[in-house]
Amino acid sequence: MASDELKKIIEFLKKYDGPAMTIMEVCGSHTGAISKSGIPDMLSDKIRLLSGPGCPVCVTPTSYIDKAIELSLVPGNTVCTFGDMIRVPGSKETLGEAKGRGASVEMLYSPFDIIKEADQNPDRNYIFAAVGFETTAPVYALLIDRIVKEKIKNIRLLTAIKTMPEVIDGLMEQGASVDGFLAPGHVSVITGSKMYEPLAEKYSIPFGVAGFRPEEILTAIYGIVKSYKKGRVMNFYPSVVSADGNVKAKNLMSQIFEKGDAHWRGLENIPNSGLYIKEEYASLDAGSHGLDEDNARNKACRCSEVLMGKIMPTQCPLYGKVCNPTNPAGACMVSEEGSCRAWYSGGRQR
Amino acid sequence: MEQKISMLHGSGGRSTGELIDNIFAKEFDNDTLNEMEDSAVVPGSGKIAVTTDSFVVTPLEFRGGNLGRLAVCGTVNDLLMRGAVPKYLTCGWILEEGAEVDVLKRLVHSMAETAREAGIKIVCGDTKVIEGHGGIYVNTAGVGFVPDGVDISAKNAKAGDVIIASGNMGDHHSTILSDRLSIVTDIASDNAPLTDMVFKLIGSDVEVHTLRDVTRGGLATVLKELAESSENCFSVDEDKIPISDKVRDFAALLGLDPMYMGNEGKMVCIVPKKDAEKALSIIRGSKYGEDASIIGKVENSGTTGNLFMNTSIGGKRNLTVLEGEGLPRIC
Repeated sequence: MASDELKKIIEFLKKYDGPAMTIMEVCGSHTGAISKSGIPDMLSDKIRLLSGPGCPVCVTPTSYIDKAIELSLVPGNTVCTFGDMIRVPGSKETLGEAKGRGASVEMLYSPFDIIKEADQNPDRNYIFAAVGFETTAPVYALLIDRIVKEKIKNIRLLTAIKTMPEVIDGLMEQGASVDGFLAPGHVSVITGSKMYEPLAEKYSIPFGVAGFRPEEILTAIYGIVKSYKKGRVMNFYPSVVSADGNVKAKNLMSQIFEKGDAHWRGLENIPNSGLYIKEEYASLDAGSHGLDEDNARNKACRCSEVLMGKIMPTQCPLYGKVCNPTNPAGACMVSEEGSCRAWYSGGRQR
Repeated sequence: MEQKISMLHGSGGRSTGELIDNIFAKEFDNDTLNEMEDSAVVPGSGKIAVTTDSFVVTPLEFRGGNLGRLAVCGTVNDLLMRGAVPKYLTCGWILEEGAEVDVLKRLVHSMAETAREAGIKIVCGDTKVIEGHGGIYVNTAGVGFVPDGVDISAKNAKAGDVIIASGNMGDHHSTILSDRLSIVTDIASDNAPLTDMVFKLIGSDVEVHTLRDVTRGGLATVLKELAESSENCFSVDEDKIPISDKVRDFAALLGLDPMYMGNEGKMVCIVPKKDAEKALSIIRGSKYGEDASIIGKVENSGTTGNLFMNTSIGGKRNLTVLEGEGLPRIC
């Protein structure tokens, strides 16, 4: 039940009649939570929520999927990845479809499960298709650390690891009309809330770091709306997010990874927005550089504009018709955290 | 007898006979089955309910149950949902070469035990052995007698009716998934025959409009299908949906929604508003019904075929049927 304070916030957001504001969330878990809790219906028409590039699956370019498929078809190779990746369209097919014609593809829950597999089958080569943001990067760093320390010979990684501040900067540079960001909770646990300060100042917009319960999201939206045009970072998730983040995880990441340009589906190349395995561990890299082709299987797919916040998922001509969670035409419809999928699952219209 | 199933057990000769005698006939022991005729001849009824199902779960044994128990529960519950009294069950077992005989024995033992609990008689069966890697599958058929005057159907749900869920959602799904993903939890499958619950409801003066077991696809899928087939608009209250804390946490960890997670011993029951409290107390007082809750209603207005949820925070969410496979999320 809502506390008095929360009731006031809910009433304020419903009756809000100030300047129109577009608030973007850049975390798939936020997108999912917003849809599932019915928050859009609780806001005044003057407040619009947009889903940005917050799902690592959705921003993976087709050439990455194609590369993973190519590796999975080589005799003796097995490509392991998280469930959702198996259904992401490449330029011609998905990993799942490739599996149907003989590719060796396995779904894992934890990247560390690959160590057991590799140990049991020393004659096979294992490749982990490692996608994610700052949240997952430390896990991959730990995996690489173990591979090195235990001298495991038959595991490599195909990485597509991306970082948040650069893509937010990229979005704003490319002219996204956003008046505030709901900053990602999980990512911020690692990076710390201070990370958004330069961006808040540069664009004079508020950032609210939020948790995932509906009341936490509403509170953060309230804080953002109240801070219209103010370049400030507010931490509404102080129980787990600190200003500096997880220093130990950040150190491990910088030991294993280095920054580089990365291709985001729909946003093209964004300088320094990727993390790549450092030169000294290059033998563990299955070919992660230069995967910057992005050719949608369906030409009418407008995932890129959805990710840019230019259109709502419902404005794409394929949404809900040709493209649905069972047969996703674009990557945004694959993961529960994808913008289109979250809208679809939540029956969202606005 | 050998420890593993081999192609010999499917020969139809001596080894097949041994398999049947040592495992199946011993456990299923009853006068009809013991005749060992080509078909079972049994007494009938005016209106009968017939259903069939196949069970292909991995792992074969899980916390709270196994393939044998699951097969009986799935079939019996389908009969019960039409108000039928479960009477006869058949089972066709497909055994892959290499299947463990000890495991098979445990599955068959559970099947026999659960059939006794549910009051259904296993009247005939079959086994086949195929090449493979030790898998075990079973197909069943179930027959039930529908008492005179009983008419329970999806199409009977009416505006103003109340929707009751018979217990916590997502336990079976969480159990199987945690095993497959090697996640340690003590959540156990809810696989159970709902005989006691349904008999008590039908035996009372409650006017039962609709019963539906909430299996694959979960509560949201089942309610959405009922809203469509009864041409009504359904609403549920998020606060009222019974979900255990353990399942809630497990689902949150994997990014799954308990509204879409499968169960094997839960049903929804739709009754007129006047009977709601009585039906709830009957269900709560029955075996496997202690966590039952009134979760929503059949709306007087709204778009036909729609299912929406009043969320805890005060929002509204439209629910559709399950799409895709319900895989764990990526981040």
